[in-house]
Amino acid sequence: MSHSAPNLSSKTVPTSGPITMVDAIRQAMFEEMERDPAVVAIGEDIGVYGGAFKVTDGLLAKFGRERVIETPIAETAIIGAACGMSFLGLRPVAEMQFIDFIACCFNQVTNFVAKSHYLWGAPVPMVIRGPSGGGVHGGPFHSANPEMYFVHTPGLKVIYPSTPSDAKGLLKSAIRDNNPVLFFEHKYLYRRLKEEMPPGDYTVPIGKAIVRRAGRDLTVVSYAAMAHTALDAAVELAKEGIEAEVIDLRTLLPLDKETILASVKKTNKLLVVHEDTRTGGIAGEIAALVFEGAFEDLDGPVTRVTALDTPVPYSPPLEERFLPNTEKVVAAARKLAKY
Amino acid sequence: MTQSVTQPATQQLTRAQHLDLYYYMQLNRQLEERMVRLFRQNKIVGGLYSSLGQEAVSVGTCYALEKRDWIAPMIRNIGALLVKGVPPRDIFTQHMAKFTSPTLGKDGTSHFGDLKVRHIVSPISMLGDLIPVMTGVAMAGRYLGQHIVALTWIGDGGSSTGAFHEGLGLAASQRAPFVLIIENNQWAYSTPVSRQVPIQNLADRGAAYGIASAIVDGNDVVAVYQAAKEAVDECRAGRGPRLVEVKTMRMRGHAQHDPAEYVPKEMFDYWKGRDPITLYEKYLTENKIWDAAAKSEIDARIERELDVEQKFAEDSPLPPPELAEEGVYCDGCHKIEADWKRAKSEVSPPKSSIDPTWRLKDLPAYTQAAITGGNGAKNPAQKPVTVPAATPPASPALQKPAPAPAAERAESQPEHLAAGVAAEDPTVPRVPFGRGPKDKAFRQSSENPQNKPAYSRAPKEKSFSRAPLEKSFSKSPRQKSFGKNAQGKPFTKNPQDKQGRR
Repeated sequence: MSHSAPNLSSKTVPTSGPITMVDAIRQAMFEEMERDPAVVAIGEDIGVYGGAFKVTDGLLAKFGRERVIETPIAETAIIGAACGMSFLGLRPVAEMQFIDFIACCFNQVTNFVAKSHYLWGAPVPMVIRGPSGGGVHGGPFHSANPEMYFVHTPGLKVIYPSTPSDAKGLLKSAIRDNNPVLFFEHKYLYRRLKEEMPPGDYTVPIGKAIVRRAGRDLTVVSYAAMAHTALDAAVELAKEGIEAEVIDLRTLLPLDKETILASVKKTNKLLVVHEDTRTGGIAGEIAALVFEGAFEDLDGPVTRVTALDTPVPYSPPLEERFLPNTEKVVAAARKLAKY
Repeated sequence: MTQSVTQPATQQLTRAQHLDLYYYMQLNRQLEERMVRLFRQNKIVGGLYSSLGQEAVSVGTCYALEKRDWIAPMIRNIGALLVKGVPPRDIFTQHMAKFTSPTLGKDGTSHFGDLKVRHIVSPISMLGDLIPVMTGVAMAGRYLGQHIVALTWIGDGGSSTGAFHEGLGLAASQRAPFVLIIENNQWAYSTPVSRQVPIQNLADRGAAYGIASAIVDGNDVVAVYQAAKEAVDECRAGRGPRLVEVKTMRMRGHAQHDPAEYVPKEMFDYWKGRDPITLYEKYLTENKIWDAAAKSEIDARIERELDVEQKFAEDSPLPPPELAEEGVYCDGCHKIEADWKRAKSEVSPPKSSIDPTWRLKDLPAYTQAAITGGNGAKNPAQKPVTVPAATPPASPALQKPAPAPAAERAESQPEHLAAGVAAEDPTVPRVPFGRGPKDKAFRQSSENPQNKPAYSRAPKEKSFSRAPLEKSFSKSPRQKSFGKNAQGKPFTKNPQDKQGRR
């Protein structure tokens, strides 16, 4: 075994040209840790190995073991320790190797972390990030979208970006936020798209949705990988003369109600697409929101295209059945547009 | 470790410190006695959890800390809050849900904290969670160069939680300056320790994590202080974490509603004779540390203080209803700033940069000695040390219970076993340990259920393994119980299903 000096050049992030979401997230980590020594990373296999998806690759070489803390397989300990560190003014970024495993520390997140500020005035400036979502045949325990457990937990913020630049800008905002932020990284998007990063130290505000495509016939609200499905569907629909307005939520909690309501008031029809399961998914919440805030403006039933109410199945034909796709979105949108 | 704790206490504590310990224990007790009265007057909104008989644990352990150190109390550690400088009014107002309480009425009991001044992390009701949290506090303190120690308590009951074990594992692997006090008060609500764990000393848990641990008599405040001080000093010197099991007794029920009739009278009687305040008063008198005048002076001071504090709480208003809507997020209401006691450059590149490869010296398990548990394996743990002077005399109530007689054991077994029915169908032989279903020898053996005619030669079995995937899927005998979807309708898998089977 050679003990040569680390080859840092191979471990750093590309600084120019379009980059993947993995590299965008890495870039955010590098920049934030460089900017503020209060930022530390904690998680399983995030050091020498660089994380299961290599999101933290190179951090250990640059920032050392005091700031890149590799832990036993103990999610409750990871979140608990990150929370304790934040009480002393650190800003830990805790990685769940797969976001599915956040279920192992559900209590720590929902009862301790989320409630601290409300109950006893202790802010918890920490981020919990991890790969989520299906479509990669990860099976029932490596494909989940557990965001709604946490959207239902006051005190947390929940982010679910769909593009590399949003991922970078939102992760930076999350690290600088004074509240516990859950940062979902859709693993289907990790390496499938590339984007040029805006220059400089830019951030994307938490709690602001974005209109990805303007349209007049109906509003399609979505987020994460499904934002791309919705955009693909909008292209198909345009061929039939149906102009869909596509909103990418980006942040699920707090929800950008204004952007949704403004769009629905314009298009008068709402379709919500998400990869999360149907019952208790955010579509229901958005529907209620629109009934409360824009009922008179609606010209058709609020419609949902979501995953099935089942665990995420493993085999490709099963997972395909489980997940929403462009055809399903187009079909639902077509029906709604004709209503 | 035994050495220092067996030294005469008078060599270590000054007279003023000795009197401090008495003051805080008595303040703890009198405060709680007043709260019992308030509870009976319906002035306490929720539950009231007593630490009667456990005052020496809270006070003795917390007294071993410095001002800069951090604690996270449990619900019965009111004495520790007092030692940390929390005024009694905070405890009154918390219990009475007043607007003047530290949480403004948003939570009760000792569920409050103070990050900036007193360094207290609020507990939550889910036991064990504080252990990883305080491990993180200890790690952050070390990272910032603050030389602090983080300390928390856990009950005998809470020592069974997953968070306890995950937290101790992380604390040990990080060598965190963290002290865990296991406050063994013999009862987890109504369940005695002997029914929770099959070991006599909870301190033994420490060894499994490579954490040095000690056992101390929890009703001897000086012994508790010394054991805690030793643990705190070790942590501050970089030899943490440490674990101290403190054996004591909960002298009331789980909370006010619980008369604790399940506790044998003899056990209460035994521990009544070991009341920590009575014992300590005797100790102070015998060692001529105080006299009657000194005692009555402290007692009168406590009464005076508590009168004022209680009146403040009773006169305080309840919170305005609209407060319920405030404070979910920190929108800049708190300034978050780490208190750096070391140069930031030490943890920033280039100083922080390392060669991130594993070295052989980090990986002892490549020598035979290490594999067989010999000198390659590192285990810094010491054996748990019992503090001799402090060990309570044996009493029938404290003996480790003898193994239950056979009849009783059967009773406590799961129903299907107690009834004499085996859990498994005895006609189905188990797959021998270590052999999967693909093991050739097992496949051919007569023990294999598949080789028995009744089992294995059914045509369906054949089709399962040989037919193309889809067919075998539809014909598998399992599929009838395949399940239903969320709409309550059975799953249909392909047209054959509908035609042939339903």
